[in-house]
Amino acid sequence: MTIRPGRIAVHIALILYTILALGPILLILINAFKTRRAIFADPLGLPNGQTFTTIGFDRVFANSDFGLYFFNSLTVTVVSLVLIVLIGAMAAWALTEYRFRGNTLLSLYLAIGIMVPIRLGSVSILRMMVELNLVNTLTALILVYVAQGLPLAILILGEFIQQIPKDLRDAARCDGVSEYRIFFSIILPLISPAIATVAVFTMVPVWNDLWFPLILAPGDGKQTITLGVQQFIGQYVTDWNAVLASLTLAIAPVLVLYLLFSRYLVRGLTAGAVK
Amino acid sequence: MTDLTASHVQSTDVVPARSRFPIHIVVFLAPALAIYTLFSIYPLVDTIRLSLYAGDETGARSFVGLQNFYTLLTDPNWSGQFWNAFTNNLIFFAIHMVVQNGIGLGLAMLLSLPRLTGGSVYRTLIFLPTMLSVVIIGFIWQLMLNPLWGIAPSLLKAVGLGSLFGPWLGQESTALLTVSLISVWQFVGIPMMLIYAALLNIPDDLLDAATVDGAGPFSVFWFVRLPLILPTLGVVSILTFVANFNAFDLIYAIKGALAGPNFSTDILGTFFYRTFFGFQLQVGSPTMGAAVATAMLVIILIGVLIYLFGVQRRLQRHTF
Repeated sequence: MTIRPGRIAVHIALILYTILALGPILLILINAFKTRRAIFADPLGLPNGQTFTTIGFDRVFANSDFGLYFFNSLTVTVVSLVLIVLIGAMAAWALTEYRFRGNTLLSLYLAIGIMVPIRLGSVSILRMMVELNLVNTLTALILVYVAQGLPLAILILGEFIQQIPKDLRDAARCDGVSEYRIFFSIILPLISPAIATVAVFTMVPVWNDLWFPLILAPGDGKQTITLGVQQFIGQYVTDWNAVLASLTLAIAPVLVLYLLFSRYLVRGLTAGAVK
Repeated sequence: MTDLTASHVQSTDVVPARSRFPIHIVVFLAPALAIYTLFSIYPLVDTIRLSLYAGDETGARSFVGLQNFYTLLTDPNWSGQFWNAFTNNLIFFAIHMVVQNGIGLGLAMLLSLPRLTGGSVYRTLIFLPTMLSVVIIGFIWQLMLNPLWGIAPSLLKAVGLGSLFGPWLGQESTALLTVSLISVWQFVGIPMMLIYAALLNIPDDLLDAATVDGAGPFSVFWFVRLPLILPTLGVVSILTFVANFNAFDLIYAIKGALAGPNFSTDILGTFFYRTFFGFQLQVGSPTMGAAVATAMLVIILIGVLIYLFGVQRRLQRHTF
């Protein structure tokens, strides 16, 4: 195939846009490892023997509980995801497998949560968490995130469960296997591929959220990483090394996970979960 | 239908099948419905209820009907801020619709070209900023545009546009546009991916047939591909609308709760936060906060209903 000039123009356009998309992020990453003088004198240069330093990171770790924030975020995200997938799969299974009165109504009821942001209920959520004594706990965040993530997860998992051949469960039923065992031993293992898709739509917003941590768990060492970075930068705004280092620490884990799992994420997004 | 009867075959001899609701369905549904109802639907309904009350200094609440909304829309202390936030939010949304979804469409068109080398690499990299926290993106751009660091001015100078640079985030006239474009920069990947997926689903025969009939690339795009992806553009629009009218994190990270300078970047999300928690001298009010949240809910519902009954129906009639 000969290379047409049109194709070259397409690649130039795409490469330019890719640079625009990644440039700012890369700039933060490289400058986080440079001395203050080098950050300002040569912002575009890579750190070298003379300009390399980790002083920003040292200050971040000395002045904030970064490890704790990271652990908080990890706990909230993982527990939320596990609950959303497990509880969501159970509900999706019941709604797709059994025909019963109110089935459609329930599906519509759940659909409200896809379109209406749960954030708008924050006044009451905070009131409730105060009454339940859950303010400044990770439990409060997990409960809200599970409620927020369930509707879309049930929709996605339901579509997936529909594609599982009917013979499997019918055969099991003929053998007298209980409905619970059909779900937990046959269906649940089969939906693992859909978990990647559900994860895109649940984990990322949970990990990145600022609103609920700010409202429900702003202190007592229960900050998530997003809130922790926000508070830290608010305090050390003039310390460029520390600011750049804290941003790098917040970016790095997401970057690594994304590059490892991007295939699944991209597939999940383009696989028609949103039709 | 057959499944339920099948599952009841064994149990009919114990209990009459029609007499009660199958217990396993309840067990499967209960956890999801309980958490969803308690922490999502109930707070929303309770927020609407609270918006009809007013609290006094002692914390006692009394029913005031629609008084809060009347205050919000007509009291000079409130209505100016509300309409300012609403207008800014509309501008925020309009910029996303035109720039974000426009660039997303353009990138998707390029990426869906047949036999494009490196397509998945471009897709993965361009989508990357979407994965990061809005807060982090906000701080990154704050540094990029900081005149002290001088990255933006020196880059502009390199392409001969140095004179254009100004403290964009600090000026009243440019702050909202700048914040909107930062958000556009981050989320361009979402319309790109969704439109790309829709373009891939168009059967090749359709495009070939149009080409054989003498349609040029422009006609193929305008008369064949664009009509076929209209439903996806509808989905992208409503997703953008809901996300924009619910946005908060970016403005809060860059500009704080006061959404400066002089409230020029204030949108409904930050206005809601200030009303609820208070700021400077004003004391926060849960009931007024609930009223603002209810107003936002109404705005979002109007958008969703326009989409469901206006746009989506017409599109389906159009394409099938």
